[in-house]
Amino acid sequence: MVNLSVDLNGLQLKNPVMTASGTYGYGEEYNDFYDINQLGGIIVKGTTLNHREGNAYPRMAETPMGMLNAVGLQNKGVEYFATTINPRISHFTTNVLVNVSGSTIEEYVATAERIASLPNIPGIELNISCPNVKEGGMAFGTSCPSAVAVVEAVRQVFPRHLMVKLSPNVTNIVEIAKGVEGAGADSVSLINTLLGMAIDAEKQRPMLSTITGGLSGPAVKPVALRMVWQVAREVKIPVVGLGGISNATDAIEFILAGASAIQVGTANFVDPMVCVKIIDGIRDYMIRHQVNDIKELVGALRC
Amino acid sequence: MCQKKYIDDFTVLQTRRVTHDYVIIDLQHPSQLPDIRPGQFVQVKVEDRPNVFLRRPISVHDADKNQGILRLLVQEVGEGTRWMGQLEPGQKLNLVYPLGNSFPMPKTDRVLLVGGGCGIAPLLFLGKELRKHGIKPRFLMGARSAAHLIDMSEYRELGDVYVTTEDGSEGTKGFVIHHPVMKTDKPDFDVIYTCGPEPMMKVLAKYAANHHLDCHVSLENSMACGIGACLCCVTATQQGNKCTCIDGPVFDSKDLKW
Repeated sequence: MVNLSVDLNGLQLKNPVMTASGTYGYGEEYNDFYDINQLGGIIVKGTTLNHREGNAYPRMAETPMGMLNAVGLQNKGVEYFATTINPRISHFTTNVLVNVSGSTIEEYVATAERIASLPNIPGIELNISCPNVKEGGMAFGTSCPSAVAVVEAVRQVFPRHLMVKLSPNVTNIVEIAKGVEGAGADSVSLINTLLGMAIDAEKQRPMLSTITGGLSGPAVKPVALRMVWQVAREVKIPVVGLGGISNATDAIEFILAGASAIQVGTANFVDPMVCVKIIDGIRDYMIRHQVNDIKELVGALRC
Repeated sequence: MCQKKYIDDFTVLQTRRVTHDYVIIDLQHPSQLPDIRPGQFVQVKVEDRPNVFLRRPISVHDADKNQGILRLLVQEVGEGTRWMGQLEPGQKLNLVYPLGNSFPMPKTDRVLLVGGGCGIAPLLFLGKELRKHGIKPRFLMGARSAAHLIDMSEYRELGDVYVTTEDGSEGTKGFVIHHPVMKTDKPDFDVIYTCGPEPMMKVLAKYAANHHLDCHVSLENSMACGIGACLCCVTATQQGNKCTCIDGPVFDSKDLKW
């Protein structure tokens, strides 16, 4: 019997497989296909203090082995989440983390404070890396002082697990990771989407209403893997790896690079069952390699 | 919440070419098909095509619950749909289904079903459902030319079929809006159901508004997940952005910000 459970700096996961924010709705969308309580955790859609309509259509462009999105944090605001959505999903026994975003530090703090009042939510993922909003989002995550400032402020009001989601659209991601670690983050997740662009040559127009958007899917995996490896060597808090993970082998690669847990994002769109397959595949890998505890694989890359 | 969704491997029974770029694919369900309603769609997994990353949303052309057969009418427009056009009997096709809402049944028996291009696909299934409700549908089909038009005999079994082609090679020359059935001060129908190119549907929505008719439009927005998770396929409505995949694909044209 192999041990898949992960202690993510106090947050207990039954296995290292979580779902990435913005790709899994509120979990309900996937519960028809399998019991989502099998997962280590789910991270629900990016939530802001106030209702946001998001960007205009078109918001998506398929690209080689991936896609661009420009959703722009469409959500009904934290109060709606707390009073309408959360009661609907509070029966889930898996960890439900809320991805929190904002345009100002005050908005991040107010949103995190409201989530702190919901006892069934064991943690938040602080999104300082959304490339699809004009203000805030990635602006916080691409400068070290502002990343530190927002994490410090949220740390004051949020006593449970504080995961910080990092942007790959930076020169030195290690510097930002160390900064947010110092500011009190319990873990870091990386990477958010890479800023990209797609053009319709026939129409001579951009494919997205916002012109640029966030690239995800297998196309970004090598970049994500490199960043996870760089960050995991330099911080003491656990690293949650994501970026193009589509099967158990991908997940194992991130774990070997130093991720204690992983998130599956865009792959859920292609195969709604992919997370269950990844959990099974990690178990098979461990048996095949005679690994009793998943912890033994974290950062076990032989260089 | 909406209807329970499934993911299953269907078996291809046959792929029949009906025009130079349209195919009809008959699929056998492994056991018992759940209820599928006209207007709903499936998300098709395209295999072994590295440039085709996402599933392809395809509307249900027909469904026979007792026989477990699902029929898709597919227009080959890109690599994914061309792959579908080459499917051989016995091959497996992985579907996520049934997705989206459906065409509401009318409170009148005077209905006109308007299809443009591949938008005619869901109208066969809708026509059959209307007949089950004792309503004889009429169809108005628009195509580029006679060569782009599939055999209409299945539609004709359900009700009258009017055709327009842009080059006049069959039926009335012009777009659907130019057909005599539309060119009257007092239309002899109360409800329009339509699926096809957005410019065509916008013209019909305006026509319906001018004549105080109900108009149900089926949108074909590009989408990623098909199940309401990614929020990529939104359309602007009077109630804000709504997902075409779960709040649609069928919308009351009055609700759309067209």
